[in-house]
This record gives sequence, structure tokens and C-alpha cells, in this order.
Amino acid sequence: MKTSRLGAWIAVIIGALYFLVPLAATVEFSLKKRRGEYSFDAYAVVLQDPRFLQSFSYSISVAIATIVVGVLIAVPTAYVIRLRLPQLRPFVEFVTLLPLVIPAIVIVFGYLRLYNSSSWLPFTSSARATDLLLVFGYATLALPYMYRSVDTGLRAIDVKTLTEAAESLGASWWTILFRVILPNVRVAVLSGAFLTFAIVIGEFTLASLLNRPAFGPYLQNIGANRAYEPSALAIIAFIVTWACMGLIQVIGRGARGSSAGTR
Amino acid sequence: MSFLDIQEVRKAYGAQLVVHEFNLPIAQGEFVSFLGPSGCGKTTMLRMVAGFETPSAGRIRIGDEDVTHLRPNQRNIGMVFQAYALFPNMTVAQNVAFGLKIAGKPKAEIDARVAEMLGIIKLPQLGARYPYQLSGGQQQRVALARALAPKPKVLLLDEPLSALDAKIRVSLRDEIRSLQRALGITTIFVTHDQEEALSISDRIVVMNEGRIEQVGTPFEVYNFPRTRFVASFVGTLNLLRGKVLDAASGRIEVDGQQIFAGRGIADLKTGEIRSAALRPEAVTLAATSSADRNVMHGTIDEVHFLGAVIRIRVRFKDNLISLDTFNNPNIPPPVRGSAATVSFAREDVMVLEGAEAA
Repeated sequence: MKTSRLGAWIAVIIGALYFLVPLAATVEFSLKKRRGEYSFDAYAVVLQDPRFLQSFSYSISVAIATIVVGVLIAVPTAYVIRLRLPQLRPFVEFVTLLPLVIPAIVIVFGYLRLYNSSSWLPFTSSARATDLLLVFGYATLALPYMYRSVDTGLRAIDVKTLTEAAESLGASWWTILFRVILPNVRVAVLSGAFLTFAIVIGEFTLASLLNRPAFGPYLQNIGANRAYEPSALAIIAFIVTWACMGLIQVIGRGARGSSAGTR
Repeated sequence: MSFLDIQEVRKAYGAQLVVHEFNLPIAQGEFVSFLGPSGCGKTTMLRMVAGFETPSAGRIRIGDEDVTHLRPNQRNIGMVFQAYALFPNMTVAQNVAFGLKIAGKPKAEIDARVAEMLGIIKLPQLGARYPYQLSGGQQQRVALARALAPKPKVLLLDEPLSALDAKIRVSLRDEIRSLQRALGITTIFVTHDQEEALSISDRIVVMNEGRIEQVGTPFEVYNFPRTRFVASFVGTLNLLRGKVLDAASGRIEVDGQQIFAGRGIADLKTGEIRSAALRPEAVTLAATSSADRNVMHGTIDEVHFLGAVIRIRVRFKDNLISLDTFNNPNIPPPVRGSAATVSFAREDVMVLEGAEAA
């Protein structure tokens, strides 16, 4: 018994070190801007740069929009597949996994060919339309995580019986989806939202090639030209991202107490 | 005039026919049970009434309306499921209010109806709880209240007691029946438990392999089964296999002993091998001799003490007869292997259809 607990502790410590040592090293390096002593000079430079706040708030807005689009795509799709078209499940799972196999650069070049300003759907002809294209692109990149989270959530509840119970009480499909199914997969949707958020905040390729002022390209730009500021930026981004995720969780859990699946 | 009318309904999945020519008129306020083994088509038939399945042929009418092709949410039916199907994200009160909200009822009316329904199911204090905080029996009562709250035309119960333990099953069964009587709501109850169906129903529809085997009151179905399937499925049954000695009088030889059958003897032919059905409660463990009673001699094969009742199995040669006697503390049960004489009335012996191989 004691040996197995020791083994577990060793595993936890190795795992923690694997993640914490690089983080601690980054923190340590970010404080070394002033020669011979630790200081927050690098943080001051970053926080005083107006492009930091602009790019970060832009990426947060895009992340939230991406989460909304992702939920609107993944929840009804996973629900219909589970309820009505289970035979299509392997195909849909394959499609949702494609963004993991196809590099973002391929996706963005595809977008640029399809939606350039001379195409029949000129998304890149204005900044707002390009923002929209970026959101759709991010929703695609985050699809494997969002879809799988929602699908796992649906697996934990008796979707068919809950749907039939609601239907027998007079509910329409939209009412069932948004008042019965979605609230019961909220935790799964939240975990998909966290992953989507994390992906969008750090993403570089799509934002850069679509020329949008996102945090990823800003991070790359600072990293290419400065020494200590990129580390400070990484730590700030790390803290703010976790704070945003916490906020999503608080908002998501605010509505109701905990719930359990049907027995 | 029937209130719910199922007319020549068939259901096929591809080439497989799971419900054959189902005809059943149900009167307003009637409690009808669909009884049969797993896969007999009873749930499929119920789901067609609910609208979750579309009939391949035939019509379903509720009141004056043909609902055959209406969606479930347009039929005004209440349904209770085996798995309770309470919405986990909603409290008990919210669950009960769900159908009323969908119907767009005013808040005051909803609150009053929810309070009334929680009172009816005797859970007035649990409105703020979530389903996971309730026992199975409580959850099913809430599911019943939720189904009844919008005042549906028909109540459909899909094996609602199967997931509950025996004691709660009996008490909830009685509650469902008294509630149904009080509200006068037309009800279909699906079950594979014959005791449940016998105790609760106005009429029972016994189904097998997608067909109706017999429709009748519990008394009719139990006492006068029309087919071998009904006889064997409803209640415990002794089957005696023997040779017909005299077709005209119904005289049959069972394990070298002669008995007379009183029912099902019209198509008997002398010399053929037939099976006869005999209910355990028709058999007495004593030689009650009279002109219209059969007497057989055998040995005690098994004695099961069930509390109030003792079930005794008597072996002859190849045939066995089970019989029930009340437990009497002053008379100890018979001992295995001892000689036993049983008697039963001729009228209780019913020869089943179809000759068998010798």
C-alpha cells in the first residue's frame, strides 16, 4: 500500500516538475531585465505597450465568438448524430478530427483561395468579414476538442429518453435542445470552451496570414525583437488566460447548482 | 364509442414485421395493459400511440382526431418511462411545470397546478430538490406528476415500475391505479409482469411475436386463456402431457393414471398425445373424491416455503404438478419423497390446442 502511494507521489512530482520548471524558468528570466537584480521592468514595458492590450482584447473577443460558433455547430450536430443518425458517427468523428491532421497553414491558404476579394464570397475584402473568417477558422481548429467534449457529455445522459420525455410534454426541437440537452451537457461544453479559448489565444498562423491584430502575431513580433519582454508577456498571457477560463467557469456554473445524469 | 382507437396498425422494420394487424378500441377512462415477453411488440405499439414510431399501416385515433401522423408534441399525451427521464438540470417543481410552461400557461396557474400535483403524489415538500436527490420511487412519482400536469388526453406508461424494488413497486402500482381512477384518464400500461397487469388493469392485451393473443379482463385472461401461450404466460401453470383414451368424454391417460378434462375437448381425437393445462390453485393435496373430480397419486418432489403460502411439487412419472397451500402453523408441510394424493375438478383441466408427437 505504502509503496503504491510513494509511486503515485513520485509520478505527481515528476509531472509537476515537467510543467512547473519551464514556467519557473520563464518567470525567473522575465525578472532579469535589470542587470544584477530582479525587477518587473520587462512587465512594465509590456503593460505600457498599447498593442498588448489591443491584441489581447482582440483575441479574447475572437475566442468568445469562436466558442459561441463552436457550441452552435457541435451541440446540435452531436445531438442529432447520437439521436437520429448513429450510423454517421464514424464519418462525423473522422471529419471532426481532420483539423488535427491538416495544418493550419493549409486551411488558411484554402480560405485565401476560396474567399479572396475577387471570389464569389469575398470574406477578405473587409476587416470585419476577415474577422468572421478568422472566427470560422478557429472554430474549425477547435472542432476536435469541442465536438469530443460535447459528445462525451451527451454519452453521460440518456439523450433519447430525455428528448422523448420533453417531446411528449409538447416541447419543440429547439426547446429540447436549448432547455433540456444543452444545460445537461454544460460541464462538457465548458471544457470544450476552455480548450477553444486556449487554442485561440496563442494561435499565430491563421491570424498572421489573414493579417488580423491578434495576440499570437504580437507575441511573435515581440519575441523576434526583444529579449526579456517575451517571457514577461508569456507569463502575463498565462495568468490572464487562466483568469478568463475561471471567469467562463464562474459564469457557466452561475445559473444552477450541480446536476446528475438520469439514473 | 371508443376514445382511443387503434385500427389495423402494422409496424415493420425493413422486412421484419414487429406488430401485425393490431386492432384495439379503448374506452374513455379505461386502464388497459399490454402484457407480453420482451420483443413481443408491446412497447413498439405504445410508442406508435405516443408518436415516437410511425405505423407502417393503419390508423390511430384519439377522441375525434386522427393522430397517426402527428408529431408526439402535438398529441397531448402524457408518458412515463422506465428510466424516469426527469430533467436532471431542473428541480422537481420545474420538472412538473415543464409541460405547462411549454403550453404557455400563466405563472399563477402553473404554480397552482405544480402545488396540486406535488400534493397528489404526496411529495409537497420536495419541490426544490433535484432528481438526483430523490429515491427511485420518488423520481417515478414526480415523472407521473409531470406527465399528468398538462392534463393529457391519454396517459402512457412504459414499464414504469420495472426499475423499482418489489415493495415500492406494489405501493406505486396501487397509487397509479387510484390516481388514474380519480382523474378518469385513459391509460395504456406496458409491462412484462403478469401480476402487475392482472392487479391493475380493466383489460389486458396479451401479446406475443407482434400479435394480440387475447384481449380480456384479468379474470377472463387468467381463467379462460384462449391459447397455449396465454395459458403459460399468465400465471403459473401445470402442463400435463398424456394420451387421449376417449375423445368424447375427455378421458386422458397421464403417466398411467386416468383423468378427465372438462374444457378444450371439442377437437380431441382418440389415441393422440395432447397437453392439458391446470392452475396450481385448482389442485388440492388430498383425495377429495367425487364424481366430477380427478384423483392422482404421486410423490412429493419439492416443497418451497414462501411464508403465507407453501408451494408443493408432486411428481408422477414424467409429469409434475405444482400446487399452493396456505401455511398453517398447526400442520407441518409434507416431507420430500413421501407419497401424495392430489385432486382437481374436471372443469379445471383444459386441453390445449394441437396434437403432439408421441
